[in-house]
Amino acid sequence: MKAAVVQFPGSNCDRDMAVALEKSGVDVTIVWHKDAALPSGVDLVAIPGGFSFGDYLRCGAIAANSPICNAVVDHANAGGYVLGVCNGFQILTETGLLPGALLRNAGLKYICRTVGLKIETSNSAYTEGYNAGSEIGVPIAHHDGNYFADDATIAALQGEGRVAFTYTDNPNGSRGDIAGILSENRRVLGMMPHPERAFEDAHGNTDGQRLFAGLMAQLASA
Amino acid sequence: MKARVHVMLKDGVLDPQGAAVKHALGALGFDGVDGVRQGKVIELDLADGATEAQVGEMCEKLLANTVIESYRIEVL
Repeated sequence: MKAAVVQFPGSNCDRDMAVALEKSGVDVTIVWHKDAALPSGVDLVAIPGGFSFGDYLRCGAIAANSPICNAVVDHANAGGYVLGVCNGFQILTETGLLPGALLRNAGLKYICRTVGLKIETSNSAYTEGYNAGSEIGVPIAHHDGNYFADDATIAALQGEGRVAFTYTDNPNGSRGDIAGILSENRRVLGMMPHPERAFEDAHGNTDGQRLFAGLMAQLASA
Repeated sequence: MKARVHVMLKDGVLDPQGAAVKHALGALGFDGVDGVRQGKVIELDLADGATEAQVGEMCEKLLANTVIESYRIEVL
């Protein structure tokens, strides 16, 4: 099982993501934003958190137009798995792989703390390790996590069960309390909270572990 | 050719920065400010032969996120 973690100038959760994947039993390669292709045989691409290109212009906008992102879009369109966390979620919306956009937090402040998440669906490789309706705690660390999409898009996401996680106490103004969403084929997940920061005992919280475990089980059976 | 691109959040998209600026103006005693929307201005210095249509493509591809933003091109 192989994963690629994409590294942009300004990524800062790339190593955490790589460690979480490695400890889940995945063969991880770090790829650079100027690479035009992914390593062959990659099952999963993880786009980590951080501040790619200094968040210039808009969060994720410049990263979304980097050479590696064309390869990531092709990978997703071919049915590959893509996990975008925090800045990775912002980048996925900018590429168009996921709908909507992430705006400045409604309270304008950068927020760094553990928040409650409700599992909205267990019908995805990422969430099958959780019971739908259950609650977990996962850290957020963002300034622009306020999920926005028009009414029709929000209704479609909710109607199709593509909202993966909602906040139990909305910290940033996201419409529909949305913290993470899935693509139509349920193989691309974007989420603002950081499961890789709630992975091992040293983190003081291992609620994110089942996301990686579920993903590995799915990929192993594929 | 020079072009100036004005990018604004669309109507109906929450602008917390504009709201904060409005609040600060009120705190300074500037009454009568009913609303503030904050956007950005991008100036492009373009080679001869560039067209407004090309600037439009730049806006669609990168300069604006049309999910949340509108843009207006001003050719200088």
